[in-house]
Amino acid sequence: MPDGHPFLEVKDLKVHFPTDDGVVRSVDGLSFKLERGRTLGIVGESGSGKSVTSLGIMGLYNKRNADVSGEIWLDGDELVNAGSETVRKLRGDKMAMIFQDPLSSMHPYYTIGRQIIEAYRVHHKVSKQVARKHAVDMLGRVGIPQPDRRVDDYPHQFSGGMRQRAMIAMALVNDPQLLIADEPTTALDVTVQAQILDLMHDLQSEFNSALIVITHDLGVVAELADDVLVMYGGRCVEFGGATTIFERPEHPYTWGLLGSMPRMDRPNLDRLIPIPGLPPSLINLPSGCAFHPRCRFEPRTGGLGSTVRPELVRAGGSNHLVRCHLPTEERQRIWAEEVKPELEA
Amino acid sequence: MIAYIIRRLVAAVGLLFIISAATFSIFYLVPRLAGSSSETLAARYVGRAATPETIGQVAEQLGFNDPIWLQYGRWVKGIFTGAEYDYGAGIERCPAPCFGYSFITGQPVWPDLIDRLSVTLSLAIGAAILWLAMGLTIGAVSALRRGSILDRAAMTFSLAGVSLPIFFTGMIGLLVFSYQLGITAPGGTYTPFTENPGEWFYALLLPWIVLALQFSAQYARLTRAGMLETMGEDYIRTARAKGLRERDVNVKHGMRAALTPILTIFGLDFGLLLGGAILTEQVFSLPGLGKYAVDAITNNDLPKVLGVTLMAAFFVVIANLVVDLLYAVVDPRVRVG
Amino acid sequence: MNRYSKVLVAGTAVLALTLSAACGGGGNDSDSDSGNAAKAEFNAALTKVYNPSEKKGGTIRLANSGDWDSLDPGDTYYGYSWNFLRLYGRSLLMFKPVPGAEGNQLVPDLAEGMGVPSEGGKTWTYKIRQGVKYEDGTPVKAADVKYAVLRTFDRVLFPRGPEYFRAFLNIPASYNGPFKSKGVNTDAGISTPDDNTVVFHLKSAFGGFDYLAALSQTVPVPQAKDTGAKYKEHVLSTGPYMFDQNNPGKNFTLKRNPNWDPASDPNRKALPDAYDVQLNVNADDIDNRLLSGDLDIDVAGTGVQPAALGRVVGDPALKASSDNPVLPRLWYTSINPTVAPLDKIDCRKAIEYAADKTGYQTAYGGPLAGGDIATTILPPMIPGYKKFDLYPSADGKGDVAKAKEALTACGQPNGFETNISYRSERPKEKAAAESLQQSLGRVGIKLTLKPYPQGDYFTQYAGNPPFVKNNKLGLVVNGWGADWNDGFGFLSQIVDSRVIKEAGGSSNTSVRIPQVDQMLDKAIAETDQAKRDAQWGPIDERVMQEAVILPGVYAKSILVRPKTLTNVFVSDAYNMYDYLSLGVA
Repeated sequence: MPDGHPFLEVKDLKVHFPTDDGVVRSVDGLSFKLERGRTLGIVGESGSGKSVTSLGIMGLYNKRNADVSGEIWLDGDELVNAGSETVRKLRGDKMAMIFQDPLSSMHPYYTIGRQIIEAYRVHHKVSKQVARKHAVDMLGRVGIPQPDRRVDDYPHQFSGGMRQRAMIAMALVNDPQLLIADEPTTALDVTVQAQILDLMHDLQSEFNSALIVITHDLGVVAELADDVLVMYGGRCVEFGGATTIFERPEHPYTWGLLGSMPRMDRPNLDRLIPIPGLPPSLINLPSGCAFHPRCRFEPRTGGLGSTVRPELVRAGGSNHLVRCHLPTEERQRIWAEEVKPELEA
Repeated sequence: MIAYIIRRLVAAVGLLFIISAATFSIFYLVPRLAGSSSETLAARYVGRAATPETIGQVAEQLGFNDPIWLQYGRWVKGIFTGAEYDYGAGIERCPAPCFGYSFITGQPVWPDLIDRLSVTLSLAIGAAILWLAMGLTIGAVSALRRGSILDRAAMTFSLAGVSLPIFFTGMIGLLVFSYQLGITAPGGTYTPFTENPGEWFYALLLPWIVLALQFSAQYARLTRAGMLETMGEDYIRTARAKGLRERDVNVKHGMRAALTPILTIFGLDFGLLLGGAILTEQVFSLPGLGKYAVDAITNNDLPKVLGVTLMAAFFVVIANLVVDLLYAVVDPRVRVG
Repeated sequence: MNRYSKVLVAGTAVLALTLSAACGGGGNDSDSDSGNAAKAEFNAALTKVYNPSEKKGGTIRLANSGDWDSLDPGDTYYGYSWNFLRLYGRSLLMFKPVPGAEGNQLVPDLAEGMGVPSEGGKTWTYKIRQGVKYEDGTPVKAADVKYAVLRTFDRVLFPRGPEYFRAFLNIPASYNGPFKSKGVNTDAGISTPDDNTVVFHLKSAFGGFDYLAALSQTVPVPQAKDTGAKYKEHVLSTGPYMFDQNNPGKNFTLKRNPNWDPASDPNRKALPDAYDVQLNVNADDIDNRLLSGDLDIDVAGTGVQPAALGRVVGDPALKASSDNPVLPRLWYTSINPTVAPLDKIDCRKAIEYAADKTGYQTAYGGPLAGGDIATTILPPMIPGYKKFDLYPSADGKGDVAKAKEALTACGQPNGFETNISYRSERPKEKAAAESLQQSLGRVGIKLTLKPYPQGDYFTQYAGNPPFVKNNKLGLVVNGWGADWNDGFGFLSQIVDSRVIKEAGGSSNTSVRIPQVDQMLDKAIAETDQAKRDAQWGPIDERVMQEAVILPGVYAKSILVRPKTLTNVFVSDAYNMYDYLSLGVA
């Protein structure tokens, strides 16, 4: 940390979408920091606001139908209140993004090469030949065999894994310092997932960039992340180092996630315990703790759970935050004595 | 690919045969079923107060006394090998493809068709340029400014354009711009491009606009719908994430994809128009294929009807083929791997 | 009935025409000095020359909503075509191009004088005028006239023209024109003793042969230049104009013929430099262009379309620039005595009384565009027309009381049911049928509408006697127009019972009165012209006594008078503007 300012700092980020039915508070007061060379995993169910967060950082929301407030500092520049042209110039250059479904995320009518070349030439005044060479190099670096030939293929001619590699190549072509990967492996089969994760890990170390991995898959987080941010109902409910979150999670929702998601490191893949109930409506969040209707420990809060909105407070681990009414000791006890044995049974 | 094209062309030829046979049958069989004789048919091509003898001679001359399959066979043979026409003072060789001679004017049909095609082509191309320019621009702008006053105005305009028939807009256009204001040409003043490009342009300007109005309205709606759908696609988000300028996102990524289905419709519309923009040509008295068809049907002039029907069918079939082939060019996913 | 009878009957009509032209027509007294300027008012060009001028130059723009039947003078049978082709063709005789009744008078054109009859009218001799040349400079010879007439015997190449010459000339029936009957000697029919004399030899005497000599079929054609069916693409001109461009089905233009000598032609002014004719132009567009002045003449001469009619009649300024000539045409309804109970005369009379003629008139477009209410079969301009009304009613709205009386008399006091047919393509006929349905309904006569296609209306349906009987077509909506303004030509096809054929095809569906047939024969035999004309009225009246025809309206048309032209007048011979005398202002 050269000057005390973190590389990326998000402060009280709110992304609200006014609709006819009411305001959808997709992200409602999210704050976190991230340094170069570090990886942050953002996890949560669908609709928890994790993808909107990434779009918010990238400035990819439509200003006509989204209200964005708060601050996003990227390497000393504030993005939320910056002009759209300023943000556009950073996009794809200093910060880049890898999307979930590489098939639908790449233009079906243009070759892979052309799309990478386009990405490069937006930010570099070079000839098409130079850009093409760069694109071929990039494809080679992400592990695509015979890149000089495959560069002229169309997305539909690539396999799923290859497409994701190409997508990564396109994102990395301008050496971004911040890379956001939104569900980078969801659409891929398991063996390919592992390869892609390895690739991302290697590339991140190589480029020394900051990486945000957005996923509902804790396995991915375990693989890549240094820190983990658990989102629920547009808010952060637990934050901590990866080890902390996996070894000593304190939020009932995180426990639920751990129980409901298949993990490569867990032996009993067939023993999944789904979280009861449905994700909350982002228009009308439940009163009190947003998670209380689905929380089986809510009765132990003495009524606080359904009435008072809990704050994000320091938890047991170092640099560990949690948003829960249960006392720290109680949480640690429940995890150690009730939940963990259940998961490992 | 070549094999595919050949297969399609063979099928097209077969289709044209069926169409010609059907047209032929309608002309001969329907009146026969209603009780007409070959004399009743021939009576259409003689003067008033013709004697039965004259009618009989004309019926014989036009071949109406022969069985229908023989008459049809003769006509088909003419297309492949040409035919001979006795105009009294001599025999004229009608080279293949010989579509026969008009029952009314005695003119060979094929040169007429080629001549009329140039008019229809002029009309169709000019109108197509206009309607594509107008329709795509209006559609794209409304989609990108969805809900704005501009969008609403454009969609009202296009609803009007789609619902107003050409014989209405054409007549009003003629009345106001040609006859009252005198700024466009009156009907029936077509001049070929090769004779006088200025006159050609002047005569076609209003027909182009009227025809384009109807189509551009339709294309504006299609473009708008296509753009709205496309702009919600993931790859548009990717394009933005790459830092592309909004204009490039809209045009290179949005329009490009939105235009593919429009290309299909355009190809078919254009092919259909080449067979004759019947209403427009009728309203503006343009001597194109559509007007030719109407005149031929009005006069029961079978060789003309057959010729123009086949030509129209030919263009529709070819347009279908071209659209299919073009689709493969435009959308790489369709290409045969 | 042999195959020539129809032509013979029609041909004899021409004889009657001779008489009519000779005695002038009557009633029309205003064929005064054609130098009188007319004001721009309604009917300004009806009997006077409107906007007279001798100014030369300019182009007259004409349009036709259909195609020309043929530009070949030997192969055309439309009044407008005969009117127009005088610009490029000179027949032996022609109708005098002047306004008023004098326009029905014949004058020499290619011939020096009128025909000289001999052998009691069996032989007719014409002298060709000196100095008449074709557009290529070769002089016109008598043999060219002979050839022109002979070529029309080829009914395959020239099926559209009238067939009078075939019916009258002493030429064998097997003769099929110079192309097919090569080397046949036809001198027994037409002889040319020298280059300036052509002699027609008839099978029997025919006093009205001059009318045949005025047919466009006598416009000379040099044999060496005849291209058969293709001749119409470039007719060799003898008139003041010749073909410049001709795009069949689209347009053609005429330019001045340098070899036309005005000294040889007393009838033609030849004022404009050119004529530009568009074919197959949208009929409504023609009207709009006429009204805006973008076009001078609707060449078909049948009047404006319904769409423009309202504008013309409703706008005083437009109405003032239009003319409303009466046409030699009657819109009527046949009452068929072959269908019970119309076999009883009183039942037929009930229809005559009950019909509301104003409704009939409205159906055809009202007093201006439709025509005047008719009470006779002959229209008033036909020589010999007699005014009478056997079934009068107040304002022509029908006499319900008389109709009920007649119904009682025929034993159907509460009315009866029958069918009425009309041509399905003709909205006016449908409206007429509906109007009758309504007015006859007032006395309990119930009509069912029966539309039939017009192409086969007379051959298959309403003109086919067995069909009429089997389908109980008591009433048949009908119409008739004559080629020339002549009593016999008008009456013979619709009141002579001998034209009715069991196989169908006749316009006469209802008139079978032996006495009328005899009266017609007697009139034809009459040699005194005035006496002949006097016989048409009584025949008309006799038919009306039988109540087998319900006259509807005497047709009229609304013509838009060209704004920028001079010497505009309605020709009484063609009942449209005379195309020979027009000039550009």
